Amino acid sequence: MFGFIFRRVLIAIPTILVIIAVAFFMMHAAPGGPFDLERPMPDETRQLLMARYGMDQPVWKQYLDYMVNLFQGDLGPSLKVRDKDVAEIVAEGFPVSATIGICSMILAVICGSFLGSVAALRQNTSGDFAVMTFAMVGISIPPFVMGPILALFFGLYLGWLPTGGLDPRLGMTPDRLILPVVTLALPQIAIIARLMRASMIEVLRSNYIRTARAKGLSPSTVIVRHALRSAILPLVSYLGPASAALISGSLVIEVVFQLPGIGKHFIDAALQRDYTLVMGVVIIYASLIIVLNLIADLLYGVLNPKVKYE
Amino acid sequence: MSTLATPGEKAELMETAAVKGRSLWEDARARLMRNKAAVVSIIVLGTLVVLAILGQLGVWVHDYDTIYREEVWVPPTFENWHLFGTDAQGRDMVARTLVGLGVSLMVGIVATIVSLVIGVTWGATAGFIGGRVDQAMMRFVDILYSLPFIFFVIILMVVFGRNIILIFVAIGAVEWLTMARIVRGQTIALKRMEFVEAAEAAGVSQWMIIQRHIIPNVLGPVVVYVTLMIPVVILAESFLSFLGLGVQEPLTSLGRLISAGAQDMEVAPWTLIVPAVTMMVTLFCLNFIGDGLRDAIDPKDR
Repeated sequence: MFGFIFRRVLIAIPTILVIIAVAFFMMHAAPGGPFDLERPMPDETRQLLMARYGMDQPVWKQYLDYMVNLFQGDLGPSLKVRDKDVAEIVAEGFPVSATIGICSMILAVICGSFLGSVAALRQNTSGDFAVMTFAMVGISIPPFVMGPILALFFGLYLGWLPTGGLDPRLGMTPDRLILPVVTLALPQIAIIARLMRASMIEVLRSNYIRTARAKGLSPSTVIVRHALRSAILPLVSYLGPASAALISGSLVIEVVFQLPGIGKHFIDAALQRDYTLVMGVVIIYASLIIVLNLIADLLYGVLNPKVKYE
Repeated sequence: MSTLATPGEKAELMETAAVKGRSLWEDARARLMRNKAAVVSIIVLGTLVVLAILGQLGVWVHDYDTIYREEVWVPPTFENWHLFGTDAQGRDMVARTLVGLGVSLMVGIVATIVSLVIGVTWGATAGFIGGRVDQAMMRFVDILYSLPFIFFVIILMVVFGRNIILIFVAIGAVEWLTMARIVRGQTIALKRMEFVEAAEAAGVSQWMIIQRHIIPNVLGPVVVYVTLMIPVVILAESFLSFLGLGVQEPLTSLGRLISAGAQDMEVAPWTLIVPAVTMMVTLFCLNFIGDGLRDAIDPKDR
């Protein structure tokens, strides 16, 4: 097990280094730079600015400098947001993104596995049909359609919920969280429900469930103690990809609901060529996804005794 | 389809067996035709494709980029044939939705073909060669799997401009991973099958085995996955367009129309509802067809 973790970490390190390099050189290959404003600035100012941020150096030198700083835990200053380090911006945005992401994940896992199990237990009934239709709707409606529609309906039309503007200074009250969290979680609820239904149906057909029933165990014991335990395994291995999907989904959610999270900063930064901020967000999200995948794999091994990590 | 028997063998079969066996594909088609949701989806999607092609040809009374300055935000009306109203610049929404649908479908199909080519080549190579090469190739796929690709697509679009061909390549290059896994798994499983062994024992050449046994059997899951991938690609493109990184004005896609509509939804809800419903219907149909095909080709998965 420790060997397995060790090998995975060993692979993760070069992966992250390659991601950093690719992102860095791609950004710097771009025509146009962070100091291209609508109003052209005098050449002297421009050169001063370039020198201040080390951008008058050749690209490989900039890369080396960046890596040296990175290893000291310094993500550099933002090129666009005045007087702020990338680390500060990320630290401000992270709680917002993390809250939404974690809430969505919990909601998706609970609702998805519940709906999927119910559909499997009532296979080919109207209940099953309703859940599968809902799942199809959830998969087919992208969050950037669902978001505005939900905001229009619950925010403007019914006036039950605030439509956006999750401000950390106002505090992240539950009513402000509901719409973004639900919008982000919906497609994942749908996918998990389909996954859970398929795996539950397969488990229910297996011999040991028949044995458990034949022993005379009550239906609820058979389902909760025997079926659910192995039916949940495919769901666990989906958690890694699910977290990646939630992180990319959060980009849109933060734009739709105007939330000051990392995703929104990333989009703004990419459009304005704020190199250091883009790099910072890519590094943090890539590491996060790799770590979450590793955790999901380990969890899968702990829960499934058939898997042995040599 | 008679890919499984050469003409000579077929004639022989006809003589010996009075009852003609049904091939995998005939069976699959019969099962698909029994699936009502899938059949309805095929009809609806076919209609949408025809409309989109007509839209691209400019058959509608209005052009998608004609600006009517006096007719901004006209609600849906029969007057002047603005059946779906007009947008913030006074452009006809019927024409724009049809063009947007066409662009989205095209992106979906082309990017899927790109990823199909990469994925099948990668997966089949890994599956056939096996051993260390297979291990290394699939490990690479595993690593790529866990990356936030949308970030790279976004950077790519920012860096190299909003070029429609780049969208095809970028999305296609990102979405091939699952295809590679499916093809590899299928190839390895098939290599171990008894009928392949039997063919080998009977002295059938390697190439003949690939042609007659491997390709037809890999095709099923690939076809299913392609149908399920087109909606994913369409979503990816609209995601980019929504963020303002997709196709450029005055050309449009469903994602771009939805993005514009979302901004004007309080004054002109039809500019959001029309493209959003079009997109939902398209994705619905594609998903139903994909699910139907999967059930039809691989009935044990039901």
